[in-house]
Amino acid sequence: MQTFLYEDIVPLFPELTVATAAIVLLMVGVFRGDRSTRSLVWAAILALAGALAILVQEPERSVIVLRGMFVADPFALFAKVLILVGSGFALVMSISYIEREAMDRFEYPILILFATLGMMMMVSANNLISLYVGLELQSLALYVVAALRRDSLRSTEAGLKYFVLGALSSGLLLYGCSLIYGFTGTTSFDALTDVFTERGTQPSLGLLIGLIFLIAGLAFKVSAVPFHMWTPDVYEGAPTPVTAFFAVAPKVAAMALFLRAIIAPFAELTGQWQQVIVLISIASMLLGAFAAIHQTNIKRLMAYSSIGHMGFALVGLAAGTPEGVRGVLIYLAIYVAMNVGTFACILCMRQKDGMVESIADLSGLSRNHPVRAAFFALFLFSLAGIPPLAGFFAKFYIFVAAVNAGLYALAIIGVLASVVGAYYYLRIVKIMYFDAPAEPFVRPIGGEMTVVLGVTGAFTLFYVFYPAPLVAAAQTAAYALFP
Amino acid sequence: MIIPEIAFYLFSVVAIASAFMVVAARNPVHSVLFLILTFFNAAGLFVLLGAEFLAMILVIVYVGAVAVLFLFVVMMLDINFVELRQGFLQYMPVGVAIGIVLLIELVFVLGTWVIVPEAKVFAEAPPPANVTNTHALGQILYTEYVYLFQAAGLVLLVAMVGAIVLTLRTREGVRRQSAFAQTHRRREDAIEIKKVLPGQGA
Repeated sequence: MQTFLYEDIVPLFPELTVATAAIVLLMVGVFRGDRSTRSLVWAAILALAGALAILVQEPERSVIVLRGMFVADPFALFAKVLILVGSGFALVMSISYIEREAMDRFEYPILILFATLGMMMMVSANNLISLYVGLELQSLALYVVAALRRDSLRSTEAGLKYFVLGALSSGLLLYGCSLIYGFTGTTSFDALTDVFTERGTQPSLGLLIGLIFLIAGLAFKVSAVPFHMWTPDVYEGAPTPVTAFFAVAPKVAAMALFLRAIIAPFAELTGQWQQVIVLISIASMLLGAFAAIHQTNIKRLMAYSSIGHMGFALVGLAAGTPEGVRGVLIYLAIYVAMNVGTFACILCMRQKDGMVESIADLSGLSRNHPVRAAFFALFLFSLAGIPPLAGFFAKFYIFVAAVNAGLYALAIIGVLASVVGAYYYLRIVKIMYFDAPAEPFVRPIGGEMTVVLGVTGAFTLFYVFYPAPLVAAAQTAAYALFP
Repeated sequence: MIIPEIAFYLFSVVAIASAFMVVAARNPVHSVLFLILTFFNAAGLFVLLGAEFLAMILVIVYVGAVAVLFLFVVMMLDINFVELRQGFLQYMPVGVAIGIVLLIELVFVLGTWVIVPEAKVFAEAPPPANVTNTHALGQILYTEYVYLFQAAGLVLLVAMVGAIVLTLRTREGVRRQSAFAQTHRRREDAIEIKKVLPGQGA
């Protein structure tokens, strides 16, 4: 009987940190009750920071451990750093909200930790089974946090909708996995790569159908058209800090999983899946641009915005080259920063009688709160992709990769969609700066919000001067996927 | 040689007959009991196939947990099954049509079943003859699949936490038993001695 070596466990230390912290905090919460929520949130942030510290200390290498189930490589490292940072920011932003809005259930930070753990397992999956288990750990925790305000009709509706549609997509994904297993005889990503390179013939029809189902399941998780229907309702119904979390970390994890599951194992089938990705990418970009125009609720608008952004990120996947993957990773990093900043601004939209989330409430923000309006405008300009802000470079890398891969039509449609998309971002800026002032918001926004706004704002504004470290890290990560 | 065959036909006939009765029985409690009989027969078929572990799991999980839970639900909830069944005849043609379509699809699928020859290389080797199912599963559960086993445990933990978060309500005014308070109650707290004067009553 073979035993496990210490070396097998070392790459799992970040995951083990998060898992242990979640279980310990669960016990603390059970014994101390909801009074301890605030300290538990800080402890969870500390655990995420600890996992991040362990993660970045590890030497840069590619190892596959635990009988081929788990892979630790620069790609996983890059995605995990983004996930941990995104989850940490989401928790920081929620501290004052959960106390104010009577959402201080001690399970909240623990469920976020479990969701983060699931995401880390997703991006390190090297097997269809570990892919699914990680995905399900993440999704289950997300369904629950979406419905965390169980006395609010919209929150429970969001949770139920997310759960039913999520279960459906998991079914599609599993069906695809079972077809792939049935037609190749393996679930391991490495073995899948070998099957195709050794054979070198046309793949069977059943395998292609399995691949399509797999893509459909993954497209649901990144909320790409036509699997996006849940997104606006869930974003609108879920409590705002939870929406902020949804918009950041799970998107990064699902997109990274998409890259890992499609690029290397099915490299020989690029011609087949490329058409599908191009189609859903175009549909997502166009729907994200056009459907957002008539929205009046800022959270709903951000949902359509995230659909559009995932469409842009999929352009890089469609290219299927190391350059494209590098573009997707840079895009995700910048997307995390912009979205955290935007949601920090949305979380500051609080009037005397509570949170507001209508775009009309932002009228004349520049006269009531000039600094806040400036930050909000900065993030919106960046989301629209106006140079010299970070959002422009995100799109730039993606479209360059698409053009170099010969996908001219895709790149042109992408640029056009981003022009349409700029309209609704700029409309909010116009409302903030040129409309008659509405009721002012409550003034002190809290120290942690100031820090979040400062950090993300600085990243968005000054990325242009110092892009090299991010590009280099994304480059290393991207090449890890191409053997 | 003949005994396994007799057992196979016995289990199969009873399984199909009781499965039919699940649908046909008028009393829902009888339906659930027939369902349990079906599970037992399916377990018998598994034993005949040499999958004794699956047979036991079927009995423990399906009969022991799922069917009994189902029985509780049927008995505790006052569901009018006659009313639920009213539209049955009306929808039957559609149901039959879908059934036929599925049957044809199955025939097509099974008729053109091809397994890539190269795939055999990657298929797991069958367990050696002298190792039982349970033993074989035990050997790989904590070695080959330890990562997935632990991860599945976490998924179940999250499911449990989620169920509690979404349903548990702490109600006011519920009298709970506190063993500590009970054992620390002293005689003076509970009993008061009153002097009752004769002729005046309490």
